[in-house]
Amino acid sequence: MTTAGPGTTAAAFDDVDLHDVSRHYGRRRALARVTFSCGRGQILGLLGPNGSGKSTLLGVLSTLVRPSLGEVRYGGRPSSEWGDALRRHIGVLGHDLFLYGDLTAYENLEFFGRLYAVPDLDRRVRDALEAARLTDRASDPVNGFSRGMRQRLALERALLHQPRLVLLDEPFTGLDDESAQLLTDRLKTLRASGVIVVLATHDFDTADSLLDRVVCLREGRAREIERGGGPLRERYRQALKESWT
Amino acid sequence: MIDVLRAAWLIARKDIVVEIRNRELAYTTLFFAVACILVFAVAFVDDMGHAIPGAAAGILWVAIAFSGTLALGRTFERERQSETLRALLLSPIERPAVYLGKLAALLMLMFAVEAVVVTLVATMFQASLGRAPWMLLGLVVAGTVGFAAVGTLFAAMLARLRSRDVLLPMLLYPVTIPVVIAGVKGTQAIFAAEPNLDLAGMWLAMLISFDAVFITLSLWTFGPVMSE
Repeated sequence: MTTAGPGTTAAAFDDVDLHDVSRHYGRRRALARVTFSCGRGQILGLLGPNGSGKSTLLGVLSTLVRPSLGEVRYGGRPSSEWGDALRRHIGVLGHDLFLYGDLTAYENLEFFGRLYAVPDLDRRVRDALEAARLTDRASDPVNGFSRGMRQRLALERALLHQPRLVLLDEPFTGLDDESAQLLTDRLKTLRASGVIVVLATHDFDTADSLLDRVVCLREGRAREIERGGGPLRERYRQALKESWT
Repeated sequence: MIDVLRAAWLIARKDIVVEIRNRELAYTTLFFAVACILVFAVAFVDDMGHAIPGAAAGILWVAIAFSGTLALGRTFERERQSETLRALLLSPIERPAVYLGKLAALLMLMFAVEAVVVTLVATMFQASLGRAPWMLLGLVVAGTVGFAAVGTLFAAMLARLRSRDVLLPMLLYPVTIPVVIAGVKGTQAIFAAEPNLDLAGMWLAMLISFDAVFITLSLWTFGPVMSE
């Protein structure tokens, strides 16, 4: 699988850097001076309690949410320099699945493929349906799909344009064991092909074996959890107990 | 520019396919508009079949405005259900393309409903459609474009708010009052016993000016107002 999307040069976008990123909604602070970077072929996990700022951080990385302060650099260039073209290199699987229930699985992928100007679209859509194990349901409206089937289709929708940066918000929600394993394998394939993956999750068991790096968020502040020293769940709990300055 | 129009067409075509499949908007909008006209017809047409002079134009535009508001609210409700509006904003297309696509699909729906509404008003209120059909068509098209141009922007802005159903008419009607007034006055000039096409032409010119201003403003502001 090639990882560069249409018009991408691999060297142009091999890392993402956040510098002192803050985001406020009125008086509420969603993110406070978050700084970290993530390079090609890494899967970075965002952990944290509900409301800690994980979704806001994914929103900032996706360019949908503008930081109140600070800057995000994609391949060393701020998003303002990239313009609309930056979004061609980002794939997002949100908590909501971004699928049209009245359209069929094929039509959903085809529609988004056209928006992203994906070349050789019919073949790519069929490959994506196969990867989602939905080839035999390609002509069925998404409204009739189970949560797991929708989740698999939504993941393929997010990857259809072969993005450099993949953002996943709770991707294991609603998946049975087999589908979760398929997703894990898919993420490992993405890592092997040099894609940067950032995923927010509460699934510690899956995350422990999958993540290369872990950033913990609490009340909008971020801190990296070092590797080693016991199971991820224990390290995460320990990190939350410690004082954050 | 071609990319914007291409993306807008993709979005409009998607909306049309969805609407053809479930016909939810077409049925509710049409039902509301027809019910509105029938109620007014009972009130304003006497037993001899004579309508109050000038009533037909007012009722036509009330039906267009109210049914259009209904369609506006629902068209973005669909994009909210699975947060697909976010997906559109995350795609690499220019933001004005999303606005143009939604506007185009809404206009097609409103024009389809208006074909029935205009015919029904003409029948119930004995208004002649044959006197100046092109002028009447121009007024209805220009008025609908103006109304939908403003409405699409406001509906998109309010899509994520819980009180959007209340706020949409409160924001929309004050701004689109000039469109409705111009539409009513122009249509009255055509439906009058002695049609005044010069006057209708003046109102049509005003509607076209309104359309140009509001489409330009909406294209300009859609991107910034959709950013979080």
